[in-house]
Amino acid sequence: MKKIKIKVNGKVKTVLNNSKLSDLLKNLNIPIKKVAIELNQEIIDKKRTSNIKLKKNDKIEIVHFIGGG
Amino acid sequence: MEEDNLKKDKLIIAKKKFDSRLIVGTGKYKSMSECAKAIKFSGAEIVTVAVRRVNISNKNKPLLMDYIDPKKITYLPNTAGCFNSKDALRTLRLAREIGGWKLVKLEVLGDKTNLFPDMIETLKTTEVLAREGFRVMVYCNDDPLMAKRLENSGADAIMPLAAPIGSGLGILNKINIQIIRKQTKLPVIIDAGLGQASDATVAMELGCDGVLVNTAIAKAKKPFEMALAFKNAVVAGRQSYNSGRIGKTLMGNPSSPIEGII
Repeated sequence: MKKIKIKVNGKVKTVLNNSKLSDLLKNLNIPIKKVAIELNQEIIDKKRTSNIKLKKNDKIEIVHFIGGG
Repeated sequence: MEEDNLKKDKLIIAKKKFDSRLIVGTGKYKSMSECAKAIKFSGAEIVTVAVRRVNISNKNKPLLMDYIDPKKITYLPNTAGCFNSKDALRTLRLAREIGGWKLVKLEVLGDKTNLFPDMIETLKTTEVLAREGFRVMVYCNDDPLMAKRLENSGADAIMPLAAPIGSGLGILNKINIQIIRKQTKLPVIIDAGLGQASDATVAMELGCDGVLVNTAIAKAKKPFEMALAFKNAVVAGRQSYNSGRIGKTLMGNPSSPIEGII
């Protein structure tokens, strides 16, 4: 299987081409209920991450709440 | 009658009722457990939180939600660090996605040194957020005209600064704050710049509906005691405001009766 490079939270990651977004989130140990996810600047419905296949140069942002004023 | 009014005196924001009029920020604490404990001491029911990237290289890093239960404490996502409308909208749309939060705190900064809000961007963003169904509490300058414009743009609460964020200077323009309070139906929450508990009392005595404090508690030598001090100060200020203070005179007026002096 072909490998591709994507960016997750600004860091380059190598994943298999067409692998699922849900698998990436599982590998990164992301607590889905406590985050929001953007793929190429578009917010992703968290229930549909298994329908999304990753492509070359995809940019993913995973955010959560931290302390702030 | 008087006692009944004491009990009924709730803070209402976007139709939600709160007993505490103190909102606290969750930034600048030494640890999450210190932050959680300070919140308990403060009695706050609303806390502000920031939206940031998850640390993907440290999978076991503790999460804020593990320390502060969003089912018990209302999370108020903010847009701290946003300097334009686009970034603020992106941040709050993501915040809503995390768990359905609609009540948010908008702050669009325009000045990196003083952290003053960019009111043009703030106003624009308020309009968009209100249209998208957000309930927006808006950090703003102590400018009555801008406060009115925010109200007309669909804001749910006006949050004028007392002084620059984190400055600890206390309320610099009491007159403007009073004018802002007088002219609006919305809750007015003093946000930013308070340094000590008595500043919060002053804010409440001016008629404000609440105060938001972060640095003054988090960076006090004893944050828990300061959290408690702010809790009491807000209650004292509110009760003082509700009680109807006496008028000021330039003469003395004895407290004991003159009649019957020996």
